[in-house]
Amino acid sequence: MKKFDKDRLLLAAAGPALALVSAFVLTMIVLAASGVAPIDPLRIMVEQAGYEDVQVLILNQAGIYYLAALAVAIGFRMNLFNIGVDGQYRLAAMISAVVGAAVTLPGPLHILMIVAVAMLTGAFWAGIAGILKAKRGVSEVVSTIMLNAIATALIAWLLLPKNLGVQVEGSNDLTTGKIAESGWFPALTIGDGLEIYGFTFVAFALGIVYWFVLNRTRFGFDLRATGASESAAQASGVDAKKMIMTSMLLSGAVAGLTGMPLLLGESHTYNLSFPLGIGFTGITIALLGRNHPVGIFFSALLIAFIDKASAGLDTAGYAKEIGTIMQGLIVIAVVVSYELVRRYGIRRQQQKVGEELAAGHAIKTDKEVAA
Amino acid sequence: MRRITRIATVGIASAALALSATACGGKKSSDSASSTESGQKSAAIAYDIGGRGDQSFNDAAYAGLEKAEKDLQVKGAEAEPTEGESEADKVQRLTELARKGHNPVIGVGFAYGAAIEKVAPKFPKTTFGLIDDASKTGPNIANLVFNEEQGSYLAGVAAAKASKSGTVGFIGGVEVPLIKKFEAGFTQGVKDTNPNAKVLSTYLSQPPDFSGFAKPDLGKAAAKGQLDNGADVIYSAAGLAGSGAIEAAATAGKWAIGVDSDQYNQAGLAKYKDKILTSVTKDVSGSVYNLIKSVQDGSPQSGEVRYGLDKNGVGLADSNPEYKSMAELQAAVEKAKADIIAKKINVKTAP
Repeated sequence: MKKFDKDRLLLAAAGPALALVSAFVLTMIVLAASGVAPIDPLRIMVEQAGYEDVQVLILNQAGIYYLAALAVAIGFRMNLFNIGVDGQYRLAAMISAVVGAAVTLPGPLHILMIVAVAMLTGAFWAGIAGILKAKRGVSEVVSTIMLNAIATALIAWLLLPKNLGVQVEGSNDLTTGKIAESGWFPALTIGDGLEIYGFTFVAFALGIVYWFVLNRTRFGFDLRATGASESAAQASGVDAKKMIMTSMLLSGAVAGLTGMPLLLGESHTYNLSFPLGIGFTGITIALLGRNHPVGIFFSALLIAFIDKASAGLDTAGYAKEIGTIMQGLIVIAVVVSYELVRRYGIRRQQQKVGEELAAGHAIKTDKEVAA
Repeated sequence: MRRITRIATVGIASAALALSATACGGKKSSDSASSTESGQKSAAIAYDIGGRGDQSFNDAAYAGLEKAEKDLQVKGAEAEPTEGESEADKVQRLTELARKGHNPVIGVGFAYGAAIEKVAPKFPKTTFGLIDDASKTGPNIANLVFNEEQGSYLAGVAAAKASKSGTVGFIGGVEVPLIKKFEAGFTQGVKDTNPNAKVLSTYLSQPPDFSGFAKPDLGKAAAKGQLDNGADVIYSAAGLAGSGAIEAAATAGKWAIGVDSDQYNQAGLAKYKDKILTSVTKDVSGSVYNLIKSVQDGSPQSGEVRYGLDKNGVGLADSNPEYKSMAELQAAVEKAKADIIAKKINVKTAP
């Protein structure tokens, strides 16, 4: 049993490793083909990551990405493709910012309330796709994509000054008003003025919760079982429809948290320049991290590193879009290399079974290999 | 499964270690290369979405910096945003530029408002320029703002006069208050000139999706739609996306009206320039240059610096010879301009 575990672990690591190496090599080829010295930009990026302020930026961004990727991963484990994390996150950030600015409560309560509103809003938005899937069999891929667009339009409308928005005199920005200081999440200050959002730590802690719930509870087992085979799970007494609903709600609730590091730690308001597309980056990260909390942690760091370190290429005279190219190549490489590794794994398993059959103790080991 | 727990523990522990290692006195990105040799004056601009090369808003800011480099021997630095970045990235960008000794540091676009409000107090000796936002104030913040609606009003007058079909189009990049100012002025100008004219209005994207300032294909599609609906003059206030609208209008043989820079003279649009009737100019380059100059002269601008029709801060370009040949149109535009300056016409800032 122990030996088998090691094999699996190796195979699990081989996928991302292969993807990263090939993405890296492809980036170099692209750079060389476009007439840019391939090594220098990468050297600058690594150098950038050595600086304290860039490190803080990377870590904060990784926390945000981590939450988005967890939200995606919950769906993935259940075979649900929640592409709507982006819309859920933005709507949740906006609504919770409005509520947070409207009330003032003593410190921790204020924060808790904002966080709760964000989770509820995210869950609600994802729940719409969940109901459609459970009751009507609507593909969650289609419905969540559409809900993204609807969320964008809804936010744009809600943010108008005649509705919930605030336009400060002389400003061209629309905000939801400032959240009172009691609703600011304390940050870890290092050096002069460098702050690691407190919520970043909450994000990583949530990874542990995610791991525990999925691997150590009945619910997690049901979820993974339904993800592996819906009909088999149903036959053994799992209510698949209920599982769809629950995992969609959970995924949405975590997606709702994605905006919290920024809202509680940086902007304290939802405005026109609140970032877009984090939910989509989350999909990349969940894929790269194989839905495993540790894998997601490192891939979130990696993608955040590429994001922030490539920004410094600008001043060095290189196009910072090199970072975007890299991220795109990683996505392609991940999909291809995981499939390759999976096929190799199956072949290897078949080989092993074949060998053992030939050795003549087939019946004994058959069960163990299949497990 | 045991193994995984152990891996998780190791992972978290090493992350914590890495964290605490960074916590004690690392170097900052701006410590390394102090780009400014002693005595060398330098100014920096941080671009809005779209960056340099948008043939419009950002390029206008760059033109101001370029002029300052030539006339004032100032060294220029530039930095571009990434799509989907947050306020923290903007704070970082401005801090880095300020710490490297650039003065002034100019944020192009209202998106820098909140970031400048945070960074400016930390660098009291540096002047920060903030274009398009008058709400964030401070002793070392110069708010460079424009009366876009006045320039757009003149464009409305010109469009109504040039239109034969009586239908004109407005294409806004992103539906934000700033672009609504353009729409309000334009619509008012058209209606005051020809009450029966129809204004078709399209926005390319809704915030926070700012692709409407960046993607020419969106502008092209929207312009085609308006042309199909009978518009024969199209005014686009959409940054880089506007070049797509100009392309569509010019290809169909209809008039296009440019924005921010005098787009008739832009190399990237040379193919379509005959059909660029005029452009609503917004003297971003002049405002950038003036700010840099004021810093060099030792009396940096601060507070609200407003550029309207009266100071030629906004206006209508007349580089197209065909535009110059339309006497009636020009007379109407001149009259409207005089009326606005004399405050006989009050242009609305919201539709």
